[in-house]
Amino acid sequence: MRFGVIVFPGSNCEMDCYHVIDKVLGQPVRYVWHQERDLGDLDCLVLPGGFSYGDYLRCGAIARFSPVMEAVKDFAAGGGLVIGICNGFQILLEAGLLPGAMLRNTSLSFICRFVHLRVENERTPWTGRAERGQVLRIPIAHGEGNYTAGEELLDEMERRGQVILRYCDPRGEVTPASNPNGSARNIAGICNEGFNVFGLMPHPERASEEMLGSIDGLVIWESVLAAAGA
Amino acid sequence: MTELYEELGLTTEEYHRIIKILGREPNRVELGMYSLMWSEHCSYKSSKRVLKMLPTRSPAVIQGPGENAGVVDIGGGWAVAFKMESHNHPSAVEPYQGAATGIGGIVRDIFTMGARPIACLDPLRFGDPSNPRTRYLVKGVVAGIAGYGNCLGIPTVAGDLYFHPCYEGNPLVNVMCVGLMRTSDLIRGVASGEGNAVILIGNRTGRDGIGGASILASQEFDETSASKRPSVQVGDPFTEKLLIEACLELRSRRLLVGLQDLGAAGLSCACSETASRGNVGMRIHVDRVPLREPDMEPFEIMISESQERMLAVAEPDKVEEVLEVCRRWGLNATVIGEVVEGDRLEGYWHGEKVFDVPADSLASLGPVYEREAARPPWQDEIHRLDWDFLQHPRDYNRVLEELVGSPNLCSRRFVWEQYDHMVQLNTVIYPGSDAAVLRIKETGRAIALACDGNGRYVHLDPYRGAQIAVAECARNIAASGGLPMAMTDCLNFGNPEKPEIFWQFTEAVRGMADAARYLEVPVVSGNVSFYNETSGEAIHPTPVVGMVGLIGTIDNRRTLAFPDAGLNVVLLGETGEDMGGSEYLFVVHGLTAGEPPRLDLALEKRVQTTCIEGIRRDLILSAHDCSEGGLAVALLECCLAGDVGARIEVSTDLDPLVWLFSESQSRFVVTVPDHALEMMESLAKKKNIPYTVIGRTGGDRLVINDWVDVDLEKMRRVRESALQDMLS
Repeated sequence: MRFGVIVFPGSNCEMDCYHVIDKVLGQPVRYVWHQERDLGDLDCLVLPGGFSYGDYLRCGAIARFSPVMEAVKDFAAGGGLVIGICNGFQILLEAGLLPGAMLRNTSLSFICRFVHLRVENERTPWTGRAERGQVLRIPIAHGEGNYTAGEELLDEMERRGQVILRYCDPRGEVTPASNPNGSARNIAGICNEGFNVFGLMPHPERASEEMLGSIDGLVIWESVLAAAGA
Repeated sequence: MTELYEELGLTTEEYHRIIKILGREPNRVELGMYSLMWSEHCSYKSSKRVLKMLPTRSPAVIQGPGENAGVVDIGGGWAVAFKMESHNHPSAVEPYQGAATGIGGIVRDIFTMGARPIACLDPLRFGDPSNPRTRYLVKGVVAGIAGYGNCLGIPTVAGDLYFHPCYEGNPLVNVMCVGLMRTSDLIRGVASGEGNAVILIGNRTGRDGIGGASILASQEFDETSASKRPSVQVGDPFTEKLLIEACLELRSRRLLVGLQDLGAAGLSCACSETASRGNVGMRIHVDRVPLREPDMEPFEIMISESQERMLAVAEPDKVEEVLEVCRRWGLNATVIGEVVEGDRLEGYWHGEKVFDVPADSLASLGPVYEREAARPPWQDEIHRLDWDFLQHPRDYNRVLEELVGSPNLCSRRFVWEQYDHMVQLNTVIYPGSDAAVLRIKETGRAIALACDGNGRYVHLDPYRGAQIAVAECARNIAASGGLPMAMTDCLNFGNPEKPEIFWQFTEAVRGMADAARYLEVPVVSGNVSFYNETSGEAIHPTPVVGMVGLIGTIDNRRTLAFPDAGLNVVLLGETGEDMGGSEYLFVVHGLTAGEPPRLDLALEKRVQTTCIEGIRRDLILSAHDCSEGGLAVALLECCLAGDVGARIEVSTDLDPLVWLFSESQSRFVVTVPDHALEMMESLAKKKNIPYTVIGRTGGDRLVINDWVDVDLEKMRRVRESALQDMLS
């Protein structure tokens, strides 16, 4: 399975994603420069974390105008697999590839720590190897991960199974105390209606090697490999 | 009437020296350049002679002091570059931007050497946390470090944080950066090759930070400090991130002859230093410098401290390629001059010569002073500690609770969770342990990073206090399994023109030098920050040490956490009556008094090598340096980190208060499994160090004889919530 990791000016997790795909998953991977328009050789696009264009404005608000984003939209429209992690998630929201928007964390500070996530829908290309209700321990690192959307939209997303991951406590209980950033309904990760586009604030690439403290992020990578039949 | 040179901070003597060098009166531009380059901050005119005491070499040292950062070989064809710097005064004036641009500056020093920055460390000192201004400063500084460092994608993995009223008006914001490079990728800040192009890369030049080095860094503070705000630069981490990537690409493609960052004294410093190091001259066309404000004068352009700028030297046939790389990263890059024969740094403004000075007269031949040093008369006074006047506590549980909830000992999680400490996927021991440990993906080895510096000890005895700073930092590295390799330092002191301050400085450097030499940790880079005073009151003399250690294989790393129940708790080293300068005295009695703990460097070294060898042989499963707060606090920290209790039983002639809270040096709390106990004991015997099995892990309480019996969950709540509560 051929991965492409998109590099926006200011991306800073692109090497981490590349490392995990290459060294841990053993899959072919290349960087995609933000001015590229041809993604024909790729099976899965990764929009990595970072501060694209500095994110001095709303996170992701400028990156969505990058030339590559037109190609990403076409790629997604054709059913291609797209995952946005942290800043990548914010960019997908700004680009309209995923519903909703981000606000600053309720603490108004950047937060970097391990959190627990409950898998809400295992019937997606991103979670097929997980079980519904499974608890994953994966780190977050963001200042603007407070997911928000209108109540009606949220209800619709819930009904369609678009809420994929929710912040929870170690036992899997979704509680206010386990919500690190104030996200609506503890939402940590969502899909589009076609389930081929996935955005999440936690960093699965940071939980893919034992020595880094957790390998719970692997289930996401392994799911996508399985979905693509790789 | 004051002369212009006086307003710029030069003495009459220095002014005459300039006239002698030039054989004429300097013009306005030249005067501005000299005033900055000869400021204390840039010239080290007071400290230079004293710093010569420090050992700077070892077989592993590739680059010692004198460059933008020190470089040390870590094996397998790889090296680390590192350095520490201060941004104290800018942070006191504008905490967010002061701290942010501090990160920016130190990070540039590292990638200037050709290394990819892989970690930042942040030693911080503030006044009393009950003061609202302290809370404002702490929040601003931490947010500034987070805002800039997180954006760059460089993990902030360690640091330390102390509070003491002496830092009330003058907080310390020290920043250290560590970079990784192939040994063959080393670039130096040297201009050479007549005809080579001088290229300015990065941000446009504006009026921000004009005179930062002389105004902010080389003068004391007083009530008018807020009016100095325009001297603080404004950071742009996005441009810095692009600069990192562009410069590392230029390095990898071997397009550069030399590279230098622009920091204090801006273009004046970068041009004169690179030319001086390369024994060449340089011609600068000042009018070609891209400006943010069109009406800037040559004088302002040459001394502006606008951030995120680099000066590159490249051969003429590589210039187009250099410019192309920069363009692709969206960066300005402009050829502003060329390397010329001779030793003159010349500047032109639309064809007219505006300065013409010998480059090394700015960079390396500035004045050097032999300042007067005198032991302050109050030094003996503060050594006096009369225990008869202090009430002996009855309830040690309560003392322990008070200590772990106190500003200097409580959990720092509230701070380091605001820093991205994981990005780059190398952090295998997170903040909160004795040292952070980063794997080196390319070699299978790891490096340990720590920083240290207890200003109270140094205040009480500058020589011994500074020795302890080095010894304790090395101990932190050893506790994580690392062999201390080399260090950097940031020397924060008051006004060196005062004899007692200069005595503190001289004694502290002598102490650091002796400890560094004995422990075989050369000093490869560093920074001196003088004039840390507010309205004539100096801070405690605060040398801060940053150290890098090497761990042969990643598995040989340890944290402080008790890993399991049923393990022997062992004390390496010995507890004595070392209550002077302790946290106990400070927290419980509000005192900074007595003599700091004794330090026997020979014992220190033996204890450290015992710990390192015990870890390497898998005899030791966890290790923790026992320092501020004493054994009781160290044991509790091990319990909380591992979420497992311990029962400690000791027979001792010491007063329980001393056994629990004395800050004797050269001690580790380690855990040893039953099957390894005998081997550990014989290792300790062979190394001739005191060794005591003091108890066993298990349960959910920490029990020490009938002196202490505390519930871990309760202690965790106290320790974890304290800092956030103090600051909000």
